[in-house]
Amino acid sequence: MVIGMTATPDPGPRTSDLLQVTDLKVTVAGLTIVDGLTLSVPAGEVHAIMGPNGSGKSTLSKALAGHPAYAIAGGGAALDGKDLLAMEPDERVHAGLFVGFQYPTEVPGVNNAEFLRMAWNARRKALGQPEATAKEFAPILAERIRQAEAPEDYAGRQLNAGLSGGQKKRNEILQMYVLEPRLAILDETDSGLDIDAIKAVARGINGFRRPDRSIVLITHFQRLLELVKPDRIHVLVKGRIVHSGGPELAERLEAEGYDRFERA
Amino acid sequence: MTGPQTPDPGPRTFTAEDYKYGFKTEVEAVSLAKGLNEGIVRQISAARNEPDFLLQFRLKAFAALSRMREPRWARLDFPPIDYQAISYYSAPKQAETHGSLDEIDPEILKTFEKLGIPLDEQKRLSGVAVDAVFDSVSVATTHQEKLFDAGVIFCSIGEAVRLYPALVERWIGSVVPAGDNWFAALNSAVFSDGSFVYIPPHVRCPLELSTYFRINNTESGQFERTLIIADRGSHVSYLEGCTAPKTSKNQLHAAVVELVAETDAEIKYSTVQNWFAGDPQTGVGGVYNFVTKRGLCRGDRAKISWTQVEAGSSITWKYPSCVLKGDDSVGEFYSVALTNGRMQADTGTKMIHIGKRTRSTIVSKGISADRSRNVYRGLVQVMKSAEGARNYTCCDSMLVGKECEAHTYPYVDVQRPDAQVEHEASTSRLSEEQLFYLQARGIGHEEAVGAIVSGFAKDVLAVLPMEFAAEARKLLQIKLENSVG
Ligand SMILES: Nc1ncnc2c1ncn2[C@@H]1O[C@H](COP(=O)(O)OP(=O)(O)OP(=O)(O)O)[C@@H](O)[C@H]1O
Ligand SMILES: [Mg+2]
Repeated sequence: MVIGMTATPDPGPRTSDLLQVTDLKVTVAGLTIVDGLTLSVPAGEVHAIMGPNGSGKSTLSKALAGHPAYAIAGGGAALDGKDLLAMEPDERVHAGLFVGFQYPTEVPGVNNAEFLRMAWNARRKALGQPEATAKEFAPILAERIRQAEAPEDYAGRQLNAGLSGGQKKRNEILQMYVLEPRLAILDETDSGLDIDAIKAVARGINGFRRPDRSIVLITHFQRLLELVKPDRIHVLVKGRIVHSGGPELAERLEAEGYDRFERA
Repeated sequence: MTGPQTPDPGPRTFTAEDYKYGFKTEVEAVSLAKGLNEGIVRQISAARNEPDFLLQFRLKAFAALSRMREPRWARLDFPPIDYQAISYYSAPKQAETHGSLDEIDPEILKTFEKLGIPLDEQKRLSGVAVDAVFDSVSVATTHQEKLFDAGVIFCSIGEAVRLYPALVERWIGSVVPAGDNWFAALNSAVFSDGSFVYIPPHVRCPLELSTYFRINNTESGQFERTLIIADRGSHVSYLEGCTAPKTSKNQLHAAVVELVAETDAEIKYSTVQNWFAGDPQTGVGGVYNFVTKRGLCRGDRAKISWTQVEAGSSITWKYPSCVLKGDDSVGEFYSVALTNGRMQADTGTKMIHIGKRTRSTIVSKGISADRSRNVYRGLVQVMKSAEGARNYTCCDSMLVGKECEAHTYPYVDVQRPDAQVEHEASTSRLSEEQLFYLQARGIGHEEAVGAIVSGFAKDVLAVLPMEFAAEARKLLQIKLENSVG
């Protein structure tokens, strides 16, 4: 938390903003995809980002996570007052960021439980806490699997290799529970899930909410937003937020589409 | 080698300094004059007080060598080796027979300590008996009593010649004949030491057996010879580890390993090879590793399994093979070969099916990085007698960076219509997406590389003895850390 700035009136970032993205520009393969995007997410809130295919939603999340193919061409991003863009991808995680990816990567031959223990221990190490042995980690993982409502056999699976599209998404939620981020950006975690899975994932997300945690849901579907009530909804078109509103905006988008915003 | 000569400008360039085992121990050594001729062969034999059968074996090998030419069919580029510039015998001065560790030169003990090999029985790795070969001579074998109680013989080959000459005479050269190939003939003529193992019928060796090889003398070649005999129904697991100090000169290592498995016997032979690999930019220095390893499944239902993690040497020429003579006998080859810097590896296996219903499995994982070259070369041969023989081969290559090479040469020679021979192969790149994904879960770059590579090599690491699997995984990670941007 940035303190000592309270005396100054405006226009600086509100101290309660956990995520603060300012005029961000991201280029991919020479093209500017995110183009002057500004977004604030206060602690404790759930925000949704909706927008047409190819508008730059995944590009935003990958750039915030530090993907090397996504170059920052301008602007800034801070998590809890800390400059995200100056950090390595793993440092961003230790600072409290988690991005659930739209297409989680397969890593064949790597056991899921072993991977989760590595992730857990990397964070523990960054926090100056003792690391867990495989034996110590097993009950921790069992508990997180229960909380995340992930299928029980996930500990024994490979890291995304051999998992179906929907199973991969549920594995992302499990990872979120293991890493306990301050800010979780979930990129289309609801896409490709069956009816029961979408409810389980929604319960997982709701269960994760806390006054000191924020969640950004990137989604195409009102269905998820009925199950996880967002505080704010942002419309992302051509690399920037063109409109923001309350939860009622979802219904309007569902009815009218993005046409109106795209023409604007 | 291809590729431009410009040095890599990256700040994290691997240097020869990074080679952890690149220290040299100051020990007084007794060496013979450089050069190779019949006189030298006789001198080696005399220096070791050998019986006549061994001298004759050496002379036969030398005669064969004189009629042969060094093979150049492998995909390896290296300047001509001057065989007359090598010293063929180097022994630490005090190396006689060691009744206890107290008699060993403390400098040698310190070397093994630095290598993390505890010879001191108090600090030993539990359940592992170690024979340490320093330059060409075995300096200490641990756990003798426990092995003796089980009837297991585990000693240096020099000692075996003294104490069990009949066994050595019966089996030496029976799997790899004196004139088998250039490097085997060279070894047969000049070998100085190595390990000897005999497991009596129906005995399960109570310990993992392990030999650590160390080249210290920079002028000498290393020519050790290992002979393992598993009698009927017995079982043994054996592991060899290798390191050498870094020098600007190339060192020649030409070893021979012979395995014999009788009826119902099983031999599991594992190698973690980390000889000095030379300068990563220029390729100067490093060990030339020309090794002949072959196992004979002599009896029915015998099984021989080779597992290797090849992570060092500037040149590797090595094809651990199985001759499946007994009916229903089984041969396995599990290999991870990692090359980086300017390393070149041409390695694989031969599975020779002679007996009925013989089965073989080949799993090869090649990882090439930087400007290295990694070749898999394998032969599956099914003879007319091998009714119902089966083979499964899987060769996967992973490329790290853009200037490395990977090649696969699978040869198949099937003389029966009913043989089942399956082959799978794949080539992939160490993926930036995978690396990013693990980092995006808080895992550091180095550990992420290690996890991806271990995942790739999982099927091989899984069959290593447990005590060494973690070590091997770590070794792969350390070797690749500097090769991934
Ligand atoms: N790695 C890449 N290389 C080249 N172009 C890319 C890359 N990643 C994204 N793009 C381009 O950037 C644009 C935005 O893509 P992005 O994946 O961010 O869209 P999105 O809003 O997440 O769409 P969707 O709703 O379909 O998931 C697209 O035109 C896409 O082709
Ligand atoms: Mg997307």
